Amino acid sequence: MSAFRNSIRDLLRYPSAILGSVIILFLLAVSVYALVTIPYGEAVRLWRGGEEVWYQNPKYAAPAWFNYFSNKKQPVSFKVNSTDGSMLKTITPSSDPNISTVDITYSFDYAYDGVPQELMIYFTSQFKEKFSFVSVSWITPDGRTIRIADMAADHSLTFRFSQDQKLQKRLKTEDVMQAIFVDPNSPTQAPLKGQYQLVIAGTTFEKDATIDAEFVLHGELFGAAGTDKYRRDLLLPLLYGTPIALAFGLLAALGTSLLTMVIAAAGTWYGGWLDELIQRITEVNLVLPFLAILIMVGTFFSRSIWLMLSVTILLSIFSGSIKTYRAIFMQSKESSYIEAARAYGASSSRIIFSYLIPRMVPLLIPALVSSVPSFVFLEASLAVLGLGDPVLPTWGKVINDAFADGALYQGRYYWVLEPAILLMITGFGFAMLGFALDRIFNPRLRDI
Amino acid sequence: MMFTVIIGVYLTILIANMGGYVDTIMRNEIRDNTTQAILANPNYRSLSTEAKAQLIQTKIATEINRLGLNQPFAVRSMRYLKNALTLNLGRAINMKSDQGSKEVRLILLERLPATLLLTGSSSLLLFFASVYIALSLSRKYGSFWDKIMIAFSPTSAAPPWFYGIFLILIFAAIFRILPFGGLVDSPSPDNPLDYGLSVLKHLILPASAVIISSVFISIYNWRTFFLIYSSEDYVEMAKSKGLTPRDIERRYILRPTLPTIITSFALMLITLWTGFIITETVFLWPGLGRTLFSAIGFFDTPVIVGSTIIYAYLLAITVFLLDFVYALVDPRVKVGSGSGGSK
Repeated sequence: MSAFRNSIRDLLRYPSAILGSVIILFLLAVSVYALVTIPYGEAVRLWRGGEEVWYQNPKYAAPAWFNYFSNKKQPVSFKVNSTDGSMLKTITPSSDPNISTVDITYSFDYAYDGVPQELMIYFTSQFKEKFSFVSVSWITPDGRTIRIADMAADHSLTFRFSQDQKLQKRLKTEDVMQAIFVDPNSPTQAPLKGQYQLVIAGTTFEKDATIDAEFVLHGELFGAAGTDKYRRDLLLPLLYGTPIALAFGLLAALGTSLLTMVIAAAGTWYGGWLDELIQRITEVNLVLPFLAILIMVGTFFSRSIWLMLSVTILLSIFSGSIKTYRAIFMQSKESSYIEAARAYGASSSRIIFSYLIPRMVPLLIPALVSSVPSFVFLEASLAVLGLGDPVLPTWGKVINDAFADGALYQGRYYWVLEPAILLMITGFGFAMLGFALDRIFNPRLRDI
Repeated sequence: MMFTVIIGVYLTILIANMGGYVDTIMRNEIRDNTTQAILANPNYRSLSTEAKAQLIQTKIATEINRLGLNQPFAVRSMRYLKNALTLNLGRAINMKSDQGSKEVRLILLERLPATLLLTGSSSLLLFFASVYIALSLSRKYGSFWDKIMIAFSPTSAAPPWFYGIFLILIFAAIFRILPFGGLVDSPSPDNPLDYGLSVLKHLILPASAVIISSVFISIYNWRTFFLIYSSEDYVEMAKSKGLTPRDIERRYILRPTLPTIITSFALMLITLWTGFIITETVFLWPGLGRTLFSAIGFFDTPVIVGSTIIYAYLLAITVFLLDFVYALVDPRVKVGSGSGGSK
């Protein structure tokens, strides 16, 4: 225990180790948060969901924090709903018990330098026979009132401002956004800043009829991470990719290094044909094209992440490190404490697991930590090749989507950079910790 | 050496055929060939459609018998092994070579030069740059640059394609001074000199991505080697004899460390081969890796199996070449004495 405490104290002397550990702890916290807030099934449903799940989001929106770094403020998307109280809804009954008026209003401050992509209202109305009636108007900061539309609200009705031909005709322009956000007399043609108000005046003609509305503004920016081609919120794969990347990296690293060690120990201990066989397998494995075989397995059999993980471990066991371990086991095989164990009649498996392998733990731990990044990147590489798990939201998948859509060419850098930076942080975190551990456990390196 | 390659290729075939895919490739090839041969043969033109179909069926059955597709798997797999070793890789389903051939061998061999250009240039540059920088750092141990290099060494955890993304972003998307990808400008220049320059321009980004991804870790490792070796007694002895630092480095430090360095370079190169597949994809470099990537897209099984086999060959050749170089630089290993050059 005190040895363990000593190693921790040694570790704290290296700034890179502290930084690495902080990064790893942070990633673990994110993973826990992601797994707790978004259950597995929900994550898959959202990630595979199409327009019906993500209709509220604009396409290709950059993250909202872009505005902090830009002089030209772009509109940020939002959505409000009269059912959850984010839009003000008042119901006034009239003298006729069947008729009542429903007023839904929403005021918002608009201080951006561009017009939004689109405004939409989704009406839901409940009635038996008689349609409810809604009329929508728009009040600009300078007090003008623009009549938007009058229509009968079906059980569900979607109204898109830009695509309404009556509105286009009334405003005498095809660019509705320009017309309702810009003062026609303004010389700059910049959108008017200030408080806008959306007024929906509805009338219901039945006793229990209701009207509800959801107002959605598709701006140029969205949320903390932006959206992709399919309107999906990128925050989902960025959050949910963390536990997947960590699980893949840690499991692969742990499986590979433990199995390699056990095989190397068994080979050296028993010697003879087993040792010879292990060495030959290692040589053959060296010429097996690792990624090409993974690709073959992924294309022919299944792209499930667990299959990929097992094939990865299988192909990585007989790697070059088996030779390093073998050389060290050869030395410790001859040492006197092994001889002592043999003298009291310890079995072979006891010697391997209780005497040979524990000696190697100092070598194993740095190697294990340093090999995590390569596996994390391997998972991303497979996804970039289009061989990622088809249902899971991962970082590599985001990069793959972005590349398939030419994101770099079109200047949508956030789409590639967000997952790439997360990958980089993960890689560096483990690599830095691994380096520091290597120096602590291999004293030969310490003074160099 | 040859034996290792054979086993490697055999394993590849075993993995590929686990789902019976090689069998399917063979059957499809037989069907295509026989159908075409009969339809194109003027002697059969007078036959009715049913008679032709009948003829095709019998021919296919004989052909399958002749090629031994109904033999037990152990026998069949040997045949596949022979085909793979002689690069008889079958015909592609959808893909074509630039000449329009559907032979997998031709498709892949056509791509090989581009891959070799990228791998060769970047790994040679990587090797010499790393050795040179590592040597000069070991001389100035503890200096500012030395510390910078150590600080940067964790960056090698990321594969080349990852740096490729950033390089494309900076030099192609933002500054627009280097191309996004590809091998030459389009349309390609007629003049060989311009052609070469254009290829060179396209080579800069992928090659730098490969180099950046590995240079720091190899500098760090080799620097450590050099440092350990430069504290040996015979180096001190050489110093006290008054030899120039250049001579000491070349004859007393580089010479004994070179075999170890070449071994570590060989291992790195083997990992790099994996990286090249995706690097080529990201940079749209028309090499083997990109072909493999498009084969995944087309689900073109013969091409996927074929390129896996070619990669196995390339890896084996790399290992062989490095064994050869090893024998050259390490006087203890004699060329022709059994180990090393036994091909």
